[in-house]
Amino acid sequence: MITATPRKDLLLMGIFTFAVLTMPIWLAPIGASYPDLLQRFAIFGIFAIGFNILFGLTGYLSFGHAAFLGVGSYTAVWSFKLLSMSVVPAVIFGVITSGLFAVVIGYISLRRSGIYFSILTLAFAQMSYNLAYSVLTPITNGETGLQLSLNDPRTLDSLVGVAATDGIPPTNFFGIEMSGYSGFYFCAILMIIGFYISMRIFRSPFGMMLRAVKSNSNRMSYTGLNMRPYTLTAFVISGMYAGLAGSLMAVTDPLAGAERMQWTASGEVVLMTILGGVGTLIGPVIGAGVIKYFENIFSAINENVLHGIFNFLPDFLEDGVVAILSLFVGEGWHLTLGMLFMLIVVFLPGGIVEGFSRIYARFRNKNNSTDGKADPIGSAKVQPGE
Amino acid sequence: MDAFVLQILNGLDKGGSYALIALGLTLIFGTLGVVNFAHGALFMLGAFCAVTLKKILTISKQVKDESITFFDAFKEVPYLEIWFGETGAAIIDYAVPLSILLAIPVMLLVGLAMERGLIRFFYKRTHAEQILVTFGLAIVLQEIVKAFFGANPVPMPPPDLLTGSADIGAAIGLGDSVIYPWWRLTYLLFAGIIITAVFCFLQFTTFGMVVRAGMQDRETVGLLGINIERRFTIVFGIAAVVSGLAGVMYTPIVPPDYHLGMDFLVLSFVVVVVGGMGSLGGAVAAGFLLGILQSFASMNEVKEILPGIDQIIIFLVAVVILLVRPRGLMGRKGVMES
Repeated sequence: MITATPRKDLLLMGIFTFAVLTMPIWLAPIGASYPDLLQRFAIFGIFAIGFNILFGLTGYLSFGHAAFLGVGSYTAVWSFKLLSMSVVPAVIFGVITSGLFAVVIGYISLRRSGIYFSILTLAFAQMSYNLAYSVLTPITNGETGLQLSLNDPRTLDSLVGVAATDGIPPTNFFGIEMSGYSGFYFCAILMIIGFYISMRIFRSPFGMMLRAVKSNSNRMSYTGLNMRPYTLTAFVISGMYAGLAGSLMAVTDPLAGAERMQWTASGEVVLMTILGGVGTLIGPVIGAGVIKYFENIFSAINENVLHGIFNFLPDFLEDGVVAILSLFVGEGWHLTLGMLFMLIVVFLPGGIVEGFSRIYARFRNKNNSTDGKADPIGSAKVQPGE
Repeated sequence: MDAFVLQILNGLDKGGSYALIALGLTLIFGTLGVVNFAHGALFMLGAFCAVTLKKILTISKQVKDESITFFDAFKEVPYLEIWFGETGAAIIDYAVPLSILLAIPVMLLVGLAMERGLIRFFYKRTHAEQILVTFGLAIVLQEIVKAFFGANPVPMPPPDLLTGSADIGAAIGLGDSVIYPWWRLTYLLFAGIIITAVFCFLQFTTFGMVVRAGMQDRETVGLLGINIERRFTIVFGIAAVVSGLAGVMYTPIVPPDYHLGMDFLVLSFVVVVVGGMGSLGGAVAAGFLLGILQSFASMNEVKEILPGIDQIIIFLVAVVILLVRPRGLMGRKGVMES
């Protein structure tokens, strides 16, 4: 086990910040450097970082985090409608509202643990989803989804005297329009802040306490510790991250729909975290990036593209290969996702980060180096599969 | 009174399907201790067994339509009808019940393959990992079905004989408004038979006795020289068959599509939790209870007082039960308590 030192953390933080901010450059060769996708990287990165604070540290597997994502989105859109097109109140209110939701849901769900906790959170998320579709239509606009319209009041904006325009004004951050690269940088900076906070939590006594809850909750209660406040705090924090991600979704594209709250969306963030590496700092971000990237690439490929790729094969082989592969791309992207999910859980429970550290360890052993300190991405924080 | 009886009846068939899926789920829980998120997918696979059989039976040939004389018109006539005439048509009409015969071996094989191929490696892993890997499997199964059958629901009519509605009201001396589709009545009966069969199997056969013993104390049974692993594999197969059959018979009620399983999965988990982990009786009771509660909640009178209650009643009940009676309605002590 390599211990984390403040200096190493600073280094990690620096590398992370640099990597995130230069994403448009180094992602260009693999065709992923357009703003829309980059924004999604950052947003889902935030979502996964937050989820990891709960699942990675305490081991409580929530299957209802999408509810907070949805709540954050709805709040942000309402803030655009009622208050101002500025993103600041939208993000703040989104985080606060989802935090409040998390307090309520967490307070009830955390009375149980293990599978029961998963089912309870799932039940709450499903309730929110069903309600958003049916009774709450005045608030959520049901199946159509909540959208901006020209005659929204936007009280703050009209107070300040923003001139009325012909179309719906774009979301802005003190005048900077939140689309394209500026939108990405806004999300990216928030992700960096979120990452920093999560790192502080990981290193704090509070984080240590959460890890203790994960590794042996019985012992913790025998020592007379009331775990509930700790787990609840973690739950609320991670709910707020989800709310932040949700409101950022609304910032980059101001509409909100109930499908964001569906439980399969909760499953997606679980997958991201697992894929990257549960309980590691950087893992969830990597997982989110990889999944969003492949989702993008794979769903864009269709049979024609495949025919192009396998042109060199004889015709009958080409048709066969294309027929098989086309199951996995385009519409069938979820099939690939499901398989990836299974493979990861079966063979690499620690996720990509564990894979890296294994390769790294092997590489180091070959060189007969005993230098146990160099650890580029904090990968030694991988907890052995619980 | 009429409305009351009607709602109970409505709830029963929904409850029947919940009970069947939850039964299989609990069986797996109780014996293997595995949280199977792919169980909904098994239900869906069962439903698509029926779709497949129907497709096979109605493989058709284009025949000249004699009734149209102005131009050459063709109509599709299934080979079965060409070869066997009336009998063939009757077989096609009964495609759904006949699918049971196909579904039993298919689902048994699927169940065995799943247990041997994947689940058995996860006995010693955490519940979180079991959830994740079976969730992945569920996605894979669902996408495979989607690739073969498309994304649209496939309508599956019940046999002609059972298409109408039974006038139950008249039969038991209530108003005429109490009518109930024959097929749902059949489903209810079918669910009853399957549930009874499973219980009898566990209660009155030696095999069932061993399985029950294994549920209580797996190690001791193993020490007695019984290959409990193999029994449990078979139990997994049986659980797959039970939920598969539930799916087959459900097709005329709701046209199956590829995410049918996911829709039912969440509900059936809630049912299992409400009934109590590892309690077969609890799962069945909770299935019917929740089914009936749901249909009561969707009455207009109730909805006027509590809008939206029909959407969340099941989850609400689950939350209350979990908080008040942590073990569920009939949960055994020591099962999944952590």
